[in-house]
Amino acid sequence: MKHDKIERNVGILIILTMLAISAGGLVEIVPLFFIKETVEKVDGVRPYSPLELRGRDIYIREGCYLCHSQMIRPFRDEALRYGHYSLAAESKYDHPFQWGSKRTGPDLARVGGKYSNDWQTQHLTAPRSLVPQSVMPNYPWLSKTDLDYSDIQGRMKALRVTGVPYSTNQGEYDKNVKEFGEETAKNLHIPDAEKNLIAQAQAGNYDTNPEKLTEMDALVSYLQLLGTMVDFRKYDDDYFAKFR
Amino acid sequence: MTTASVTNTEQYNYDVIRKFAIMTLVWGVVGMLVGVYIASELAFPALNFDIPYITFGRLRPVHTGAVIFGFGGSALFATSYYIVQRTCQARLFSSGLASFTFWGWQTIIVLAALGDVLGYTQGREYAEMEWPIDLLIEVVWVAYLVLFVGTLMKRKQPHIYVANWFYLAFILATALLHTFNNLAVPVSLFSMKSYSLFSGAQDAMTQWWYGHNAVGFFLTAAFLGMMYYFVPKQAGRPVYSYRLSVLHFWALIFLYMWAGAHHLHWTAIPDWTSTLAATFSIMLLLPSWGGMVNGILTLSGAWEKMRTDPVIRFLIVSLSFYGMSTFEGPVMSLKDVNALSHYTDWTIGHVHSGALGWVAMVTFGSFYHLVPKLWNTKMFSNRLINVHFWLATIGILLYITAMWISGIMQGLMWRAFDDFGNLQYAFIESVAAAHNLYIMRAVGGLFFLSGMVLMCYNMYKTIKSGSTEQA
Repeated sequence: MKHDKIERNVGILIILTMLAISAGGLVEIVPLFFIKETVEKVDGVRPYSPLELRGRDIYIREGCYLCHSQMIRPFRDEALRYGHYSLAAESKYDHPFQWGSKRTGPDLARVGGKYSNDWQTQHLTAPRSLVPQSVMPNYPWLSKTDLDYSDIQGRMKALRVTGVPYSTNQGEYDKNVKEFGEETAKNLHIPDAEKNLIAQAQAGNYDTNPEKLTEMDALVSYLQLLGTMVDFRKYDDDYFAKFR
Repeated sequence: MTTASVTNTEQYNYDVIRKFAIMTLVWGVVGMLVGVYIASELAFPALNFDIPYITFGRLRPVHTGAVIFGFGGSALFATSYYIVQRTCQARLFSSGLASFTFWGWQTIIVLAALGDVLGYTQGREYAEMEWPIDLLIEVVWVAYLVLFVGTLMKRKQPHIYVANWFYLAFILATALLHTFNNLAVPVSLFSMKSYSLFSGAQDAMTQWWYGHNAVGFFLTAAFLGMMYYFVPKQAGRPVYSYRLSVLHFWALIFLYMWAGAHHLHWTAIPDWTSTLAATFSIMLLLPSWGGMVNGILTLSGAWEKMRTDPVIRFLIVSLSFYGMSTFEGPVMSLKDVNALSHYTDWTIGHVHSGALGWVAMVTFGSFYHLVPKLWNTKMFSNRLINVHFWLATIGILLYITAMWISGIMQGLMWRAFDDFGNLQYAFIESVAAAHNLYIMRAVGGLFFLSGMVLMCYNMYKTIKSGSTEQA
């Protein structure tokens, strides 16, 4: 019998097992890096500013993704509750993705701009003061902790290695101006990261306390950006359907 | 001559197995305790106590890490080392390497838990460990592979027993999954922070290819290996069908790897990947049930043991839960069902019917057989095994029933419209409606945890009465 041979030889067993377990990933995942339609062509999606990036890091640190998804599905109820369904393009600069797998709380893919900075800060500090039946933990330390941005350039450089177009020199900066416009390009320039981060925090006053630059500033700046980058009025739905 | 006398005094390396067995019990208690705690946090959020380190978001990976990699992982190390030695009639080829995998693996679990509570996380489910820990896992895992394969090569039997195929596939697949899902760029050599190499849709596909197959290989294939040794041993009967084991082994390891994208139905991945994953998930029912049937029918002709032997009861009921959750899984992978079930507690219930019903129960059964063998004695109390069985079973039933109800309720509430075409419920109404079910779930967990603690007591008494001298 044929299988007898496999059972008597570790080498053959290992090789056949490797073949069997490699097929799925090779066929389903590898093509996604090469098929252009995987990510929609759409205007407006840009990498995070230094402040938003730090906010996103805090979002990940606190494990928000374990209770909140960032992926709206193309259903009527989700359209009413959350807005337009999420595009792959909207998370193309997300390393890692934060689509989530569970909605113990609501989806956050388009939470940006839905609530004021005041509301977000109060809600993160004490959710039940605004939503009595909420089961979310309080995060009072966010507005008490100064934001550590000492390694912001290192963070942006690491992301640059993964392919996010943060610029380090004039040439890259000029390319970003062409693609994202001057205002955004400035924010993507690594040598000015600290300056830009402070400026955005002061201008936005996200934690409603202008005296301090806190983790709350960063997190709220990230939340207020979520889902706001694409202007859906510019596209009709048939356009996005082409990519799916 | 000296080598010969050494091998004679100790035919098998049981020392490392004993250590892993004890740590399995320890991590079981720790992981399940944290599980009960975070379940209670969802029912009573005051339990977060405004302390960053114990919020749900930080403790949840501690729970999953401790039960999957601590409890499950240690159980797999212990049983694979036992089975590979017994079925090959060969001693683990290197005691140093064996000891290294023990201390290495325990260090990993502790570091992972510390990283989680301190907020160092990659933000990927079941792969939260940051890059330095990932590297350590890589090293320990390669050592495990070398030790396992090296021992297989030393075997005195011409054939490699079926249990070892499953363990081997689990070790290889875990290496593959771990490597590709953790490709990341660290901020600096001295920073715990890294960013995933991939982004968005590709990153999601990679993560769920990993996530699903962590279930498929870590929590399924490997535990089938455990089943293929301990069920026939405890029943005193040969495996029901050799042919079926060959067939379902290859089908299982081939099909599992295609199914991961069913975690991403209706998301921003291409439709064809999603459809392909659903198709393979349905096909996966066959090899899954092949394993269940092969295990349960091994008991043919010895059915009365279901009444008389609590260890057999653990093993057979675990196979039943395995059959149930591998039926539920394909159902949930259908796009229309998934539209309702995804993002809800139903998923949590499904995971736990597999994790508690299958993984933990088969481990309990196997350990009640294994531990007395390791310490040359008998179990301290059969009655306590029986009590454990009922505590565990009641716990699981409470848990999954609560999650079925709350999950389906959430799915229905989210999509309910009123007569005017508006959404009928605000999101928070679905949270409030789940409150009592969250309490019920925590109580179920408490039952299961009490069984685990009882098992530890029973094991402690057993080990105390035994000895490590090999007969």
